[in-house]
Amino acid sequence: MSIASPAPQPAAALGAILERHDRRPEQLLQILREVQEHLGHVSDDIQAHIARELHLPLTRVRGVVGFYAFLSATPWGRYRVLFSDNITDRMQGNMDLLDHLCRRLLLEPGHPSEDGLVSVDTTSCTGLCDQGPGLLVNGRAIPAISRERLDLIAELILEGRPVTAWPAELFAIVDNVCRADMVLDNDLDPGDAVRAALARGDMSQVEQAANTRSWREANVAPPQGPLATLNEIRSANLRGRGGAGFTTAYKWESCRNAQGEQRYVVCNADEGEPGTFKDRVLLASHADLVFEGMTVCAYVVGAGRGFLYLRGEYRYLLGALEETLARRRRDHLLGRDILGTPGFSFDIEIHVGAGAYVCGEESALIESLEGKRGIPRNRPPYPVTHGYLQRPTTVNNVETFCAAALIAAHGGDWYRATGTPKSAGTKLMSVAGDCARPGIYEVPFGTTVAELLAMSGAEHTQAVQISGPSGTCIGPDEFERRIAFEDLATAGAFTVFDESRDMFEVARNYAHFFAHESCGFCTPCRVGTTILAATMDKIHDGHGTPYDLEEIATLDRVLNQSAHCGLGHTSCNPTLDTIKRFRPAYELHLKDLDFEPAFDLDGALRRARQMTGRDDPGAHLTTEPES
Amino acid sequence: MATPAPRLKVATTSLAGCFGCHMSFLDIDERLFELLEHIEFDRSPLTDIKTCGACDIGIVEGGVCNAENVHVLREFRSQCRILVAIGACAITGGLPAQRNHLDLADCLREVYQTDPGTPGGRIPNDPELPLPLDKVHPIHEVVRVDYFIPGCPPSADTIWKFFTDVLAGRTPTYPHGLIHYD
Amino acid sequence: MSTSPTFTLDGREIPFEAGQTVLQAALTADVYIPHLCYHPEFKPHGSCKVCTIKADGRHVSACTWPARHGMVVENATEELDDLRRTLVQMLFAEGNHFCPSCEYSGHCLLQAVGYDLQVETAGFRHFFPVRPVDASHPEVWLDLNRCILCELCVRASDEVDGKHVFGLSGRGAGKHLIVNALSGRLADTDMAATDKAAEVCPVGVILKKKAGFRVPIGERPFDREPVSAQAARYAPRPPARHREED
Repeated sequence: MSIASPAPQPAAALGAILERHDRRPEQLLQILREVQEHLGHVSDDIQAHIARELHLPLTRVRGVVGFYAFLSATPWGRYRVLFSDNITDRMQGNMDLLDHLCRRLLLEPGHPSEDGLVSVDTTSCTGLCDQGPGLLVNGRAIPAISRERLDLIAELILEGRPVTAWPAELFAIVDNVCRADMVLDNDLDPGDAVRAALARGDMSQVEQAANTRSWREANVAPPQGPLATLNEIRSANLRGRGGAGFTTAYKWESCRNAQGEQRYVVCNADEGEPGTFKDRVLLASHADLVFEGMTVCAYVVGAGRGFLYLRGEYRYLLGALEETLARRRRDHLLGRDILGTPGFSFDIEIHVGAGAYVCGEESALIESLEGKRGIPRNRPPYPVTHGYLQRPTTVNNVETFCAAALIAAHGGDWYRATGTPKSAGTKLMSVAGDCARPGIYEVPFGTTVAELLAMSGAEHTQAVQISGPSGTCIGPDEFERRIAFEDLATAGAFTVFDESRDMFEVARNYAHFFAHESCGFCTPCRVGTTILAATMDKIHDGHGTPYDLEEIATLDRVLNQSAHCGLGHTSCNPTLDTIKRFRPAYELHLKDLDFEPAFDLDGALRRARQMTGRDDPGAHLTTEPES
Repeated sequence: MATPAPRLKVATTSLAGCFGCHMSFLDIDERLFELLEHIEFDRSPLTDIKTCGACDIGIVEGGVCNAENVHVLREFRSQCRILVAIGACAITGGLPAQRNHLDLADCLREVYQTDPGTPGGRIPNDPELPLPLDKVHPIHEVVRVDYFIPGCPPSADTIWKFFTDVLAGRTPTYPHGLIHYD
Repeated sequence: MSTSPTFTLDGREIPFEAGQTVLQAALTADVYIPHLCYHPEFKPHGSCKVCTIKADGRHVSACTWPARHGMVVENATEELDDLRRTLVQMLFAEGNHFCPSCEYSGHCLLQAVGYDLQVETAGFRHFFPVRPVDASHPEVWLDLNRCILCELCVRASDEVDGKHVFGLSGRGAGKHLIVNALSGRLADTDMAATDKAAEVCPVGVILKKKAGFRVPIGERPFDREPVSAQAARYAPRPPARHREED
């Protein structure tokens, strides 16, 4: 990738990108993302060119450029530095570090330098909470930011060295696996799970159907292999690991039984929930297991194509993932007639996201796969019947596919033996924040919060945010609760706050996160998250009153009852949880008044004072109402 | 015990407004006589009383566009048990708020320093004059407001409905025809 | 089966045809459910959320929720009207809705729904966004101050006019309407005053020039009668071109 090369060749690069993607409209986001990477922005003229080449209206192209945070119509500078701004990055001083870099580079955050060399800004959590604070330079992740490392980065930028030629140690990201279990310690070789699934069935049935449009549908009696594997998934009681905990076997079976010419398997690797980084580790070190699970799924549901939707922040994993896919093709684990099984054909493409948390919602993810703005769809119909290109589609989390591969290899009974009766298997927990040993802890379901805190060396813990901002914030009297679908369901984030932290500030950071990531489709979320963030700022600025807490309760009710998707539904959770459990943290910020303006009245006269030169008492307003 | 209920004290004012709401108030015509059996006016353009004493109801027309508006509004809020925003300007900022997308300095320059207007003139800086805020705000953004009577202006019937409801102890409601934003 | 399927809405039986949503069936039966982004000639969209109902105890958008036989729907409850009121207030706070100077006053669905729900104030702090007015086109005004992002113009231009004149860009609070021209000006698009897209805006964003105040203020549809009394006007129908506005 020639990201920061001084003189890119727009026309040539663009032509090659369009060619590679066959000028297909559903590749629009991939095309734009690659153009952005090569040229530093996607100018109006280039957008118009792409629109013509893809036979799309310009509005469609502009709409996509305007939706994704990592795309831009105007130049951001040859070096684009984005500081991760999760609460854990805040706790590690990312704002001071950002200031430090801006001072070194003599620029304002959010504004490119005049020579077009560099810009510095913030971005949502980059999934490096265990080795933060993190940042992205031209899409490449750098962990463990310190003043020293920033000084080096500033030097490299000022001397104009291409990011590809920066010292490799800057980009060294470690797995930090602190506890491994059945997934992270698996004994599978590439192909083992697929072979085991195939071995469960009678090949002749598959062969008979080999030359038909859909080998699965053409069989009078369904092939036993896929059904036998589906039964193992069912008996394993596997549930989705993305947070919602939907029964995997039911999802696969619905997709398998849905009418459609072509089925798809989609791996949701848009790990955007702040505080979560387990998929990063699975994709970096267990990619075969992920692809294996997808292939098993394709075998069960009868899918011919699969997609891995990789979040833009994990762009740096793309090269290795593509290599793994290529190797699997060479080994006949992907492609036509997998492992010599006539008719069992399946391949996987990687789509890279471009900075949109909402794309973690499965129907928004599918829209994004189709090259559109990531707006969650109206449901019903659900993706299992009307997914990618309105065809049956199974979408599962990275970790779910890993578990599915293990089940295909070892069977449902083996899998179910770990965990609790209602939550089988293990959960990868992304532990970060105030603890001695942040990292990945793979624990059996049923593990308590207290046990995880002890394992990770957390002390004087005030609160744990389970499953990120869309999850639950609990205090010490709930630390005996268990990680399990029947108690604390979680996508895996486990963010620890010790007694020194202001829980109000934690909630304020999360409120801004939701406002930034709202797709804007529905009224309650678009407007409500904006008002919530403004209200939290008002309280932060010392203008908050009990009246504002009432308004937050109203917002929560409206968002819960009427938002279009989970992002809106849960956007007030961190605020409400912390108001409930850490009310004094708010009260210390509040005024003992029933009402206060949300803006600084005296500040609102500043412009007029400047223009008139006045500074007499009448040219000022006090914040407190006069008695 | 049939002693008549004491009359409610009512204050009214216009901030950044056009007095149209006050005119509409007067449009309740002969019903004013009935109303005056139940209320008496404190500070109001109708009485020319300049400061607001303790009142039951304060009615505010107009948005908040300058420092004096803030002082008057705060006086009303602290003196009145019930504070009412009347008209589009008090409720939304209204016509004056249409300057909110402009920079205040540009507005002042446009008016006082360029042609047409007083080219080369000075922007007034007499301490007697209230300074404008950089944005015009509806009054509920500066103080707590209890009731809203929408309209530009609200019709006399709408205002009458407000008073009859409040005097009867009912939460004011406005059926179709009485509620208007224009 | 000879009897058509039904569901109950606030205790009343509503018949429906296969494929209808709750809102479509209710409006066909002349029963009103408040709505903004729905239009009788278009596939429901579900973004404004003003039509939120409780179907079998679950909050869903009436416009997109498929009607099911035996379903129990709550509509005109205090809880739901409270919710809708807040949503309408949010829209008033988000845009620059200055009704006294708006040509569409009295035709405006946002205003009408506000009247019906007794919305007296936006309640929230007004955003006072800076949004452009595009007067470049000889026949059509575009005043984005009033846009509620219902996407009806987008849908009309895509589905009926086949012109893709309108689209959306940005996201969250930054979401905004765009037009299909490199210059960003309506004059440089294929827009014509006869387009379906020119007549579907529920608020006063897209207005035909030289047609203002043809119907005097005070005599307009929502001056004459509350929107809730005009449910049948919104019963689903096939897209029609060049329909005369009321």
